[in-house]
Amino acid sequence: MSEAVTHAEHHTSTGVDNRMLMMWIFLASECLFFGSLISTYLIYQGESLVGPLPGELLNIPITSASTFVLLMSSVTMVLAVYGAQHKEFLMMKLNLLATIILGTIFLGFQVVEFTEFVHHGLLLSTNQFGSSFYLLTGLHGTHVGIGVIYLISLLIGSSRRNGLGKDAGLNLEIAGLYWHFVDIVWIVIFTIIYLIPS
Amino acid sequence: MATATTSMSQPHQKSGVWDWLTTVDHKKIGVLYGVSGFSFLLLGGIEALLIRTQLAVPNGTVLDAELYNQLFTMHALTMIFMAIMPMGASFFNYFIPLMIGARDVAFPRLNALSYWIFLSGALILTSSFIFGGAPDGGWFAYAPLSSEDYAVGRAMDFYTVGLVVLGLSSLMASLNFAVTIINMRAPGMTMMRLPVFMWMTIVVNFLLILSLPVITVALAQLYFDRNFATNFFSPAQGGDPILWQHLFWVFGHPEVYVLILPSMGIISEVLPVFSRKPLFGYAAIVFAGVAIAVLGFAVWSHHMFTTGLDTVPKIVFSASTMAIGVPTGIKIFNWLGTMYGGQIRFTTAMYFSVSFIALFTIGGISGVMHGSPPIDTQQQDTYFIVAHLHYVLFGGAIMGIFAGIYYWFPKMTGRFLNETLGKINFWLMFIGMNLTFFPMHFLGLSGMPRRVYTYDSGFGWDAWNMVATIGSYILAFGILIFLFNFFKTMRQEPTAGNNPWDGATLEWATSSPPPEHDFDVIPEVRDRDPLWYDRDNNIQQPEPPEENHIHLPPPSYMPLIMGFGVALIGIGALSHLAMTGLGVAVVIYSIWGWVLEPID
Amino acid sequence: MTRELLKVLAFLEECLRFSPRSIVLTLISLVVVLALTWVLWIIFEGSASHLQTTFNPKSDNTESIHDLYMIVWVLSGFVMVGVLTLTMAFSLIFRERPGAPPAQQFHGNSRLEIIWTLIPIVIVVAIAIPSFQVILETEGDPPANSLEIVATGHQWWFEFEYPKENLITANELHIPVGQPVSIELRSDDVIHSFWIPQLVGKVDMVPGHNNHLWFTPYEPGEYYGQCAEYCGTSHANMRFRVIVETQEGYDAWVANQTNDALPAVGTEAQAGEKIATTLCAACHMIRGTSTNTAFAIKGPDLTHVGSRNHIAAVTMENNSENLAQWLKNPPGVKPGSRMPVLALSDEQISQLVAYLQELQ
Repeated sequence: MSEAVTHAEHHTSTGVDNRMLMMWIFLASECLFFGSLISTYLIYQGESLVGPLPGELLNIPITSASTFVLLMSSVTMVLAVYGAQHKEFLMMKLNLLATIILGTIFLGFQVVEFTEFVHHGLLLSTNQFGSSFYLLTGLHGTHVGIGVIYLISLLIGSSRRNGLGKDAGLNLEIAGLYWHFVDIVWIVIFTIIYLIPS
Repeated sequence: MATATTSMSQPHQKSGVWDWLTTVDHKKIGVLYGVSGFSFLLLGGIEALLIRTQLAVPNGTVLDAELYNQLFTMHALTMIFMAIMPMGASFFNYFIPLMIGARDVAFPRLNALSYWIFLSGALILTSSFIFGGAPDGGWFAYAPLSSEDYAVGRAMDFYTVGLVVLGLSSLMASLNFAVTIINMRAPGMTMMRLPVFMWMTIVVNFLLILSLPVITVALAQLYFDRNFATNFFSPAQGGDPILWQHLFWVFGHPEVYVLILPSMGIISEVLPVFSRKPLFGYAAIVFAGVAIAVLGFAVWSHHMFTTGLDTVPKIVFSASTMAIGVPTGIKIFNWLGTMYGGQIRFTTAMYFSVSFIALFTIGGISGVMHGSPPIDTQQQDTYFIVAHLHYVLFGGAIMGIFAGIYYWFPKMTGRFLNETLGKINFWLMFIGMNLTFFPMHFLGLSGMPRRVYTYDSGFGWDAWNMVATIGSYILAFGILIFLFNFFKTMRQEPTAGNNPWDGATLEWATSSPPPEHDFDVIPEVRDRDPLWYDRDNNIQQPEPPEENHIHLPPPSYMPLIMGFGVALIGIGALSHLAMTGLGVAVVIYSIWGWVLEPID
Repeated sequence: MTRELLKVLAFLEECLRFSPRSIVLTLISLVVVLALTWVLWIIFEGSASHLQTTFNPKSDNTESIHDLYMIVWVLSGFVMVGVLTLTMAFSLIFRERPGAPPAQQFHGNSRLEIIWTLIPIVIVVAIAIPSFQVILETEGDPPANSLEIVATGHQWWFEFEYPKENLITANELHIPVGQPVSIELRSDDVIHSFWIPQLVGKVDMVPGHNNHLWFTPYEPGEYYGQCAEYCGTSHANMRFRVIVETQEGYDAWVANQTNDALPAVGTEAQAGEKIATTLCAACHMIRGTSTNTAFAIKGPDLTHVGSRNHIAAVTMENNSENLAQWLKNPPGVKPGSRMPVLALSDEQISQLVAYLQELQ
């Protein structure tokens, strides 16, 4: 019997589930997306005509802390995926929750940082730094936010009667891919914007 | 069978308007794309006729400068994003599952969603005409002309928002098709047994997946410059207009391969069938297609040769541009090789395909010329480029699409488009197209710049402009003949069998039109030309079992609702952000419904 | 001698594998395509006399490009004739007909495929190498004795400044024959492009960038230029002229242009001068009458406007009627024009015209 419906055990030409394959390919397009934003930032580095300038505002110690938080969220994500794959659903749910909380804390750090910068006179319109920094990190933060919502919905789904069904492992793996990707993009941003210029 | 866990209803209709609005069947979605795309082809054609009428004589008074500038901008946007791409998507949708031996695409609801988002974007962009004026910065919208200082009003915001929405639609569709072709092939259908049209489809999908993000960023930056006073492209604040050009063309160049590769795929299917022999040099054509796509990402600055690039980048980009001529040439010779030694049936589809070879070669040659930077300093921004682009896009992409329409019409509708009318259609389009666009080579060489709403007498341009205008009317008449043919044919009874052309590929192994489930039995593939192999070796496909349980995904309201939400987000970005908020709410609601509704 | 003859015979024998029908149809196709190509060539040659043609080089820059062009045309011609002939020939030879042999079921031919991979590579290299040579020839630093000019694009007119000679004019560029001229290209607003088909290939004028080009004109004469980058509503109306003078003619022109504006002579002109120095001076410089340089919107320098052959960026001849038409309704002549309707009376307009015509 052949079905057009896709689920974990459905046969595919590559052996990889359709949804997993789609996430990989989608992440390829996301590489180009963030690549363009990062390129814009790099092109305009040092080109601001007025301040405030990055050197005055970027706070490496605090941002290192938020980076650490995001990295830890990837660790908890790995554990959540493990839990789902081995049907240890309590482990999965706890680590999902931890990832969500850590991700939210990261977003909190971003909000605080943006607020600080605004107080110091850096708006989107102020100079090249403001325009390219806020757009890049703002869109990255949006991706983290979408990820948090994604994970919350998985958590809610896993709390229902049938849980995430037999697809739990696969679903968590796919979400994990997205989450790790967003984390890696942050590492790149942190390195290029904060670490290298200093 | 999963029990319904949501109170949201699911549609039941099998016919009528609601059937079309809630369908997730790839064939119906293909028809939706096809009808929409063709309608926009007509709209773009009218925009072109208006342009040609204005330019028929020097100092013409048919259109004023403002309207002309909107029309040439919208003509390009309409043709590229709302005509050629959707018509390509129409064939992808209809034929990917059929050609690879699957029953639908990987994500049927996502497929429907792509269409509804396309329609939203197309309507948003086109509606600009009645909401204060259409974009008038050219389809490439160079900064700073497109910035808030010089493009006052909302027209360029319709541009950014409309294109972002259209891009989203294409991206979703590309992800879907890529996964489908890679992952859902019938047993025995290895990658090197894929029909060339499928190979071109995969390549096009990857081109879009990798290039759309770049233009999305550029459009976001332009939108922010115009609405939130950012400084990405404004020189006064240290911004660089050339950045826009780079970002635009990193997308824009792969985009032109997106426009031509599907048609190259189509004629790679049509030529062998009507020559009655296999495609010559399959592997070379496939690899050439991949090479064109990869190289296509390395040539973008050839659109910028006159912007003041340094010598070294100019040489590098010129070299890569010339290099693309090689795989293109390989394909041309392989198509000729396919015709050689054949017993050719000159159906209308074959006429269109053979004309592609000649017309695309002419367009390709002029393209190689502008790949030489010194020559480009004389050709750039003149009618010579207009001639080039129309030879490859009309003589290539459109002729290829028409070949596909005539070839696959019996499969999709069970009816044959009338061959006599088809040949009249062909000759009118062929003659009209050459009369319209060949003189543009002379106009360019004689120094007529492009994107001019008028010109003076005495430059040697008058006669050729008149000829081009006459040609455009002949071309338009040819399209009308096609429409007549179409409506006349649709009133007839379906008579086509499974394989009226004696085709080789899997879509001809099922009825015309196919049943909703495409194949009674998923075929087993033993050769690149499966049906010819089975015919020559007397292999029968197995009979379907007595109880043939085929599960198809049910129709759904969610793609339609989500599409509507996306439209609201777009409209909100053009008017009140409250509307965007409402759109986000609708999208969230539809995601909830989507995730929870049963799909079996 | 015998060996050569044998080779020719072997080749002919190879060809005779093809049926007479095939050979005849191929020859017919070749003749048709060549005839078509010949017609196109005739037309193409005819264009060399057109005012803004790219095929009548009159400078070192355009001559280098022209020589390269010829190579490319010949190579392209071969490819076009070849492909079109084969397309037509195969369509005629292999169409189905009663008694035709069945279609030959082959999948490819490695030798042929290699040959027709190598041939495009050779052709492309043959185009690329001279192209790169011409890039190096025509770009890079201008010669040391170049006349330096700064050209600034505005919506929709060209400003020309000669820094060393200390003069500014608009839309009509005068240069001496035989001397290299180095032009720095700027823009005051959007991207424009500077192009004189007979004298120099185009380079864009990008705001925030300083592009440049240089060339040496060979022959005195009047050459046509036009903006070649879509720059808004009246892009079509942004044109300019280049007058290549003899050395004496050029020196005389410079001497005249560097003078301040002559005071008005006739009564009408004097009335016009009053209007000009109060109203027009807001955007137009008329040297000798005011020192205002903070223009609301910058318009062309009018100090010697009477000496120019055309007005409104070479869209109208410079005569009283056209001047009056322009002054009455600039956006009517040039859609989108930055110069507004000034609501002048007809009397004021004829006074202004009289004054402007005195600004030789």
